[in-house]
Amino acid sequence: MVRGARFVLAHVPGLVFCGSKPRREFAARDGDLRAMLRRRLRPFSAAVTYPPHQVMLGALAPEALRGIPRPWHLHPIVGAGPEGPAGTMIDEMTFYAWLARADTANLVHFTEEFALRLEGLGVTGRPTALTADRLARALADHGEPLYDRQETTVGVVVPGHEQDEALSAAVLLENLAAKVTGALALSRLLDDAQTPEINYLLGCGEEAVGDRYQRGGGNLAKAIGELAGVRTAGGADVKAFCAAPLHGLLMAGALVASGVHRRVVVVAGGSLAKLGMKFRGHLAADYPILEDVLAGVAIDVVADDGRSPVLRLDTATVHRIEDGVAPHQMAKALTLAPLQAAGLRMRDVDRYAVELHDPDITEPAGSGDVPAGNYQMIAALAAQSGEIARADMPAFVEAHGMPGFSPTQGHIASAIPYLPHAVAGLTGGALTRVQFIAKGSLFLGRMTTMGDGVSVLLERNPAR
Amino acid sequence: MVDLKGKLVLALGERDGVPAPTLQKCIESGGGQVIYAATQCFA
Repeated sequence: MVRGARFVLAHVPGLVFCGSKPRREFAARDGDLRAMLRRRLRPFSAAVTYPPHQVMLGALAPEALRGIPRPWHLHPIVGAGPEGPAGTMIDEMTFYAWLARADTANLVHFTEEFALRLEGLGVTGRPTALTADRLARALADHGEPLYDRQETTVGVVVPGHEQDEALSAAVLLENLAAKVTGALALSRLLDDAQTPEINYLLGCGEEAVGDRYQRGGGNLAKAIGELAGVRTAGGADVKAFCAAPLHGLLMAGALVASGVHRRVVVVAGGSLAKLGMKFRGHLAADYPILEDVLAGVAIDVVADDGRSPVLRLDTATVHRIEDGVAPHQMAKALTLAPLQAAGLRMRDVDRYAVELHDPDITEPAGSGDVPAGNYQMIAALAAQSGEIARADMPAFVEAHGMPGFSPTQGHIASAIPYLPHAVAGLTGGALTRVQFIAKGSLFLGRMTTMGDGVSVLLERNPAR
Repeated sequence: MVDLKGKLVLALGERDGVPAPTLQKCIESGGGQVIYAATQCFA
């Protein structure tokens, strides 16, 4: 059973300068690219009222985005707040305070003035503060600067080892950012569930934690649990690119169903590297920089409680090595085949949760509308199998799909942003069945030409 | 310069570089036909 899922969005405009794409573009090009980016960074209030973020927080249904003209940043939800039934949004100061609290190796330091302000938030004790001279020396000695939205240097992350690339300051900042956002999502989930005891944590983020002899050694799950105040759980990580959360969900379901553990939480932090990934497209379109949030997630998997939606493990499907990787082959293997095996029609699935990237982020960069492309493929499968007429494909997409609303945080965007909405719809709402479909681009790691994919059905509990 | 007229093209884009839909527009404006377009990763 999936009892619930919670998200945390950390609005970190100052960290956009540390994203992989901005970092490389600044190094490769002259001119005022940094200043252009800085001028287009949003304040926290604009990030909170941004309609897709309100969907992530569960305060707005995905379908409601259809009624809001695009681009959505021009139509903020007036009066919207940073708390929703499915999650919480935090500002940059709060994030930095948690970064200080998460830093068990004493590698994160702030300016004296900023450290005082962070202490005042009550999240952490006084973080280590450096004088201006010492801060400058740390930055010159391979430190990674921490900025605010005005690109003022407010702190530094220093390397964990002077010769180890796996412990460089930039890598450590990525890993700490994942730890913080994962832990905050887990905390929010535990606060809402009001039952603190977890037996196992499965991490499924995109970070690579380790040293030179164990690059990507992992088990951030336990570090996330520790920071969130969990004491009863063990844990391990699942690695599968963007498909990892659904692989993790299947494993969590199996661990609970087999009786190995009573309660497993699948958890992941956000991807700092992807901040500002498409900033050049946003600058060209005169948009704000929309990739300015880190997203964390926690998914609660429990034994049957007579209420929570059922994870149909009998319909769990993974993309096999012998399966083809063309889009239609993957869609068929992950969508149609498991439904046919379960004796279901495609129309029997109320909603398909696919890669739910916010199209306002991807379209200005020329990447198109990713969920719309996926729904087109699913509708084509329904037409090809004779379930619907070709002319009914748009109506099928309208009825069984949804607009994209997720930040382009890779694993986070991969089907799971719909989980809180699905759980609500399958318990108190009108939904009966949702199929979750995730894909992963394994080929990006240069070890194979394969892709990957996972799908599973979530259904209303028969006891309801 | 490559003459794209009448050519069948596989358009493989990059998510933080030039994505496939943009390649497709360029190829089609030059008279080529895109028979497969994909962006690595998926967004």
